Amino acid sequence: MFYLCLKPLLSRDKPTRDKSSTLLTPEGQSPSGQEVIVQEKTEENVMATGELNINHYPARRAAQVVQHYLNTRYGSPYRLLQLHKVHRGNAEDVADSGRKYELEISVQELNGNTTDKCSAEILFPRGEQQRSPQVQASCEEPLKINTKAQEEALYQQYKMNSGLLSAQHLPDSYGHIEPDMKPFWHLSIVAASFVMLNESSENTLYNMAQVANITQLATENDQLKFDSHILLHEMVSQEIIHWKLLFTWSPPDGVKVLQMEQLPHRHEGEKPLNTN
Amino acid sequence: MEKETLTFWILGWFLLILSGVLETSNSSLVESLESTQGYDYSKYHSMDEIYRWMEDVKQGNPELVSSAVYGHTYEERNITLLKLGLENPEGREKKVIWVDCGIHAREWIAPAFCQWFVKEIVNSYKTNKKLEQMLQNLDIYVTPVINVDGYIFTWANDSTRLWRKSRSTPPPGSSCYGVDLNRNFNANWGTVGVSFDSCANTYCGKSPGSEPEAQAVMDFVGKMVNQTLCFLTIHSAGQLILLPYGHPEISAPNYDELVSVGEAAAAKMKKVHGMGYTVGTSPQILYPNSGSSRDWARLIGIPFSYTFELRDKGEFSHLLPEEQIQPACEEAYAGALSIITYVHEKTFNSGTLPNASVFGVAIMIWSSVMAVSLTTGVMV
Repeated sequence: MFYLCLKPLLSRDKPTRDKSSTLLTPEGQSPSGQEVIVQEKTEENVMATGELNINHYPARRAAQVVQHYLNTRYGSPYRLLQLHKVHRGNAEDVADSGRKYELEISVQELNGNTTDKCSAEILFPRGEQQRSPQVQASCEEPLKINTKAQEEALYQQYKMNSGLLSAQHLPDSYGHIEPDMKPFWHLSIVAASFVMLNESSENTLYNMAQVANITQLATENDQLKFDSHILLHEMVSQEIIHWKLLFTWSPPDGVKVLQMEQLPHRHEGEKPLNTN
Repeated sequence: MEKETLTFWILGWFLLILSGVLETSNSSLVESLESTQGYDYSKYHSMDEIYRWMEDVKQGNPELVSSAVYGHTYEERNITLLKLGLENPEGREKKVIWVDCGIHAREWIAPAFCQWFVKEIVNSYKTNKKLEQMLQNLDIYVTPVINVDGYIFTWANDSTRLWRKSRSTPPPGSSCYGVDLNRNFNANWGTVGVSFDSCANTYCGKSPGSEPEAQAVMDFVGKMVNQTLCFLTIHSAGQLILLPYGHPEISAPNYDELVSVGEAAAAKMKKVHGMGYTVGTSPQILYPNSGSSRDWARLIGIPFSYTFELRDKGEFSHLLPEEQIQPACEEAYAGALSIITYVHEKTFNSGTLPNASVFGVAIMIWSSVMAVSLTTGVMV
């Protein structure tokens, strides 16, 4: 009876003209009484093409991919780039290849007061295999803040093998990170950026949620070496995805990921996640 | 000469009385502060602490605050709200504003905001004439935590912090707990942006309103739908103000007004600490979804329905540091109040501009100053 009262209200909120939509009553049933077919509305069907609205999600998701790319290239314990704004965006289908985005964005450096302008091209490949997006990007001043001294000091401090670093839960449940652990949180974000870049598509938006565990291993070839368990947050599915990363870092060579492995999240006997 | 001296004494006497009035109102301000004083609003609180806080606020401010248990969670815990309102001097029927927080367990800044919101109102209504007037016309229902079971679960240990759903037991054949309560509401349920896999974080449940937490909201608000002007549901993260609908092919009849009111709120929020909040429907600026509380509210006829996605934009996401609680809540309060003030003015003072009262006060002050300056012969 309650729902009958609602029906006239519902009909006021008109669906926009679209031949594939079904008028949806509160019961989730079509007027004919049959159950609504769950439309597997893949987002490709409604993907914008041409000039993009800078506030809408397609531009935002593509821009996030650029952020991950820039961090793999320039990131360090004292340097991280975060997307500040999308200024312009354009998307088009490339026959037999996928979809190409052209973006003008600005990024902000950690502890930076100014933003830097970047131009980027992102190709999201289409095909039977899920392949990683290909990114080309150039920024005006990507290494504006001088972090050399801090990086060198950190490197020297941890290069000596006595007292290998081990930390859990960065940040902790209250969002807190001990100041001397912050560089390792940043380092983990850089390493995670390699994974996030690889895993991204037009249907995802990745951020690193937390470092569950980071352990320093013996220095090898003048590279600091780390084993880590990180948690990624994927916005569209709202899932937390676990990855194990083995990576190295040194000031001259930056971050290199040696091994990456997605972990099945076995929490209370839950089914393992399907890999992408 | 004599006339000027007399005017001078009258003015002085007036100022003396005024300061006396301010003093007495200050002491009652201290009283209400005491009930909320020991509580640190810039820290995250466990559910036990929140339940106790609700009791304290209610007992400390009986003329403004009452509470109600309007449902029970899957694990049979109370779903409790605080009702903020003052008696209407003309005995007119009150209209309703609904604010809920904590539908998603890991979004800790949301319950923190609901507590902040109550505290702000409690601490300012006696000295804020506009707020007092609004509370005489409106009852504001605030639920600090809807998904109590989920919230408690996120406090269990370090590995549970990022839980999102409720804690309902696995359906037959599954070993996965919980339903995404914000996909379970009776609003185009199960159509888009959901999963039917009970292990997924957007699992919409077995049927609309199958979850007691969602059903409790629908039952309670459903009874007051005709009086309800505004429905605000608070989440994190992303810095967004989402308007109905989550379905890409359905538009709210008052879409344009929803956008302009949302944009006005975002502008107010940006003034506080410079943080930008993007306004739009979920399919535009985030992703399509169905079965959300916001959509349900708009569908049953509540004209203004918004999801607030609070800080941040991905650096910490749901693990927002405690030192950001205050600034995040300050800007969210400005945004929420902006919308509440708009709907109040539209309903009760329609025909006057929203800024009319401010303008009127300004005129009054100016004319008083002019009057004083004219009688005393002092140049202004």
